[in-house]
Amino acid sequence: MSRFAIPLAVFVVILAFLFVGLGLNPREVPSPLIGKPAPAFQLAQLHTPDRPFTEKDMLGQVWLLNVWASWCISCRDEHPLLVELAKANTVPLVGLNYKDKPGEAKAWLKQFGDPYQLSITDLNGRVGIDYGVYGVPETFLIDRAGVIRYKHIGPITPDALQTKILPLVKALQKS
Amino acid sequence: MTRFLLVLVLALAPLLAFAKDAVPTEQDPVAAKRAVGLAEQLRCLVCQNQSIAESNAELAVDLRRQINEQIAAGKSDGEIVDFMVQRYGEFVLYRPPFKATTVLLWLGPALLLLAGLWTLRRALRQRQRAIEDRPLSDDERARAGRLLGGEPPQ
Repeated sequence: MSRFAIPLAVFVVILAFLFVGLGLNPREVPSPLIGKPAPAFQLAQLHTPDRPFTEKDMLGQVWLLNVWASWCISCRDEHPLLVELAKANTVPLVGLNYKDKPGEAKAWLKQFGDPYQLSITDLNGRVGIDYGVYGVPETFLIDRAGVIRYKHIGPITPDALQTKILPLVKALQKS
Repeated sequence: MTRFLLVLVLALAPLLAFAKDAVPTEQDPVAAKRAVGLAEQLRCLVCQNQSIAESNAELAVDLRRQINEQIAAGKSDGEIVDFMVQRYGEFVLYRPPFKATTVLLWLGPALLLLAGLWTLRRALRQRQRAIEDRPLSDDERARAGRLLGGEPPQ
C-alpha cells in the first residue's frame, strides 16, 4: 500500500488543481486598470455629436461606463437588466458605443430601450484600447475621484449586479 | 518549356498573396520587421492562443495598427510593450516577466525535472538493494546448476 501512497498523493493534488482550473474562466483577464484613474478621453455624444463628453464631466459621481455595440449579440442579453437599472435610478449609466455605426446604434437603442444617461461614440476603438476592452460588453465602475474600482467582463448577470456591482456602488456612494 | 514556366509561375503565385498579408502597411522594411516582431510577442485577448500577429480578430487588427503608429511616432519597443501591458495586463505577454508571482511558472519545469531525477535515483537504488539482498536458496542454486549443465555453484 505504501508504495502507492506518493503517486496517489501526487495524483490527488493534480486532480485538485485541474478541478479548480475547470471552474475558472480564462476569458476573464484581470484588468490592470483597477485602482487607477480612468483613462482620459473626449468623444462625441451619440445623440448630440456636436457636444463632446469627457470622463471628467462625471467627477464627483459614482458611475458605470458600459461598453456596448449594436453588432454585439451578448449586449442584448444584458440590456433588459440595464434598462431596469436605469429605471431604479441608483447609479448613472454612460454608454461607450464601441466601433459601431451611429445610425445603427441609435436604431438599436430605439428598439431595445435606452438606459444610458448618454452614449459616446468610439468609432475607431481607440478609447476602447485605452480601457483595455477586448470583449464587448464590458462595464467599468468609476468612483467620485474618477478611479476605476471594478470591471465586469461580458454581459452583466442579475447575480453579478446584486452581489458585486450594486453593493460596491452603495459603498462608494457613501464614502 | 513554356508550359513548365507557366506551371512554375502559377505555383509561385500564391506567395504574392502571402507576402501582401504578412507585410504591414509601413513601407520601411526595418520598421515592418519590428512591428511583426512586437506583434508576435503579444497575445490576442479575443482568441487567446494566438498572437496579435497571427489573429484576424478586429482587436488584433486595431492593435497592429497601434504598433505601426507608435513605431512611426518613434517609440521604442519597450515603450510599446509597456503601452499594451498598462491596458491589458501582463497576460498579453507571451514571455511573462520573472517575478514573485511567476516564479513557479518559470522554475516549475526545472523543479519537476529534479523531482523526476530524484525519484528515478531512489527507485534504481531500491532495486539494486533488492537484488543484492536476496541470495539464492539451496533449491535455486541446484536448479541453476542443472540448467548450466555442471556442478551446482557454491
